[in-house]
Amino acid sequence: MTDDSIERSTIRVVVAKAGLDGHDRGVKIVARALRDAGVEVIYMGLHQTPEQIVQAAIQEDADAVGLSILSGAHMTLFPRVVELLRERGAEDVLVFGGGIIPREDVPKLKALGVAELFTPGASTGAIVEWLRSAMRASAS
Amino acid sequence: MSARVRLRRAEPAALATAACDGDLRAVARLLSLVEDGDPKQLRAASEALAPAAGHATLIGLTGAPGVGKSTLCDALIAELRRAGRTVGVLAVDPSSPFTGGALLGDRIRMQRHATDAGVFIRSMASRGHLGGLAWATPQAVRVLDAAGFEVVIVETVGVGQAEVEVAGLADTTIVALAPGLGDAIQVAKAGILEIADVFVVNKADRDGARQLARDLRQMLHLGEATAWQVPVVLTAAVKGEGVGDLVAAIEQHGRHLAESGVGARRRRLRAAREIEALALATFRQDLVAAAGGLLDDLAERVADGGIGPHAAADKLAGELRRRA
Repeated sequence: MTDDSIERSTIRVVVAKAGLDGHDRGVKIVARALRDAGVEVIYMGLHQTPEQIVQAAIQEDADAVGLSILSGAHMTLFPRVVELLRERGAEDVLVFGGGIIPREDVPKLKALGVAELFTPGASTGAIVEWLRSAMRASAS
Repeated sequence: MSARVRLRRAEPAALATAACDGDLRAVARLLSLVEDGDPKQLRAASEALAPAAGHATLIGLTGAPGVGKSTLCDALIAELRRAGRTVGVLAVDPSSPFTGGALLGDRIRMQRHATDAGVFIRSMASRGHLGGLAWATPQAVRVLDAAGFEVVIVETVGVGQAEVEVAGLADTTIVALAPGLGDAIQVAKAGILEIADVFVVNKADRDGARQLARDLRQMLHLGEATAWQVPVVLTAAVKGEGVGDLVAAIEQHGRHLAESGVGARRRRLRAAREIEALALATFRQDLVAAAGGLLDDLAERVADGGIGPHAAADKLAGELRRRA
């Protein structure tokens, strides 16, 4: 075998847009930024249901799920994804995301199990840094 | 605790048992295990899976970017599911050579199967391996096979020699083309005429599709007469058209493999190659360990022109044999 360069413990992240919102520019930028940071990004595109997202996260053995929601349905969709992961015994998968999320909803979502939220203005560098330290933290 | 840590602490054998029992999370973790490539765990995993493996039909699906492979794969899955078969899919995409990351987007086209428990879709990054597959792809195929998926499809981008690797892995290799992306001559030039068991001309509703199919058939006709006549199937995967014919062609090829003994011969060849590769890897490790300072000494002598490289290599090999 000539592959001495096999990566150990590569971070794998499922990135998706849930619900009816069709604006994918932001999520594509995040997906590329993660890839540029060495992450294997399973990009699922638009209009994914929580069931589809969670099934993918399980099949892909994802470390984290990144959701982009600009439609206002975040208080339904984020918790549903968290809940489904729990039901399937995959509560160790981190759920994070971004989009249009009112400031007052952020702590509510975190209380419901969302690990971190990145609202407009957050840099892709901040997302990458958070993901890396979250992976380090959960490995210890 | 992250999935990664739990994975390292999980017994490969226990994961294998769970996977063979239908635990999809265990299947996913085993796939990660083989991707991570820890030699001890790989060994334990492949031994645990061996008794259950060897039943799946392996289909390779390759073709240039843009021909519609993922859409075709999606349609193929639907057709196979209608026939009651369970399907595993490995969608291989390249890793960035600079960052090691990857954008794995083949799943997008197959999402209607996302919640079907009879379909398992896994995206694999090439992780530096050249040739169209990931290094771990054969092991990953074994995981899905042992877990009971009756058909395993390996989908990968092919732009010439890359197809050869997937052909070495699959029972039936499908090469997909589309009109407007190069003509049949390009196909012949790229050297993939020989490796396809089935050709698919996708986007059959577009101009040039029938001509491309005709050109392909003519090229195939001009080649050597073989026991298996490679069919050219026209499909419009996005509409689901022609996919029934594709499945029929795959089944026919499967019968040919069984009846002619070619299938068994190919599998033995695959196993031989795999064993050889693993054994060579072990020898290589031993050689590196045995070499130590000797290699440096020899390299200096060869660079200075004292001895030739063949003599130096003999000395090195001799040292390895001496220590064995």
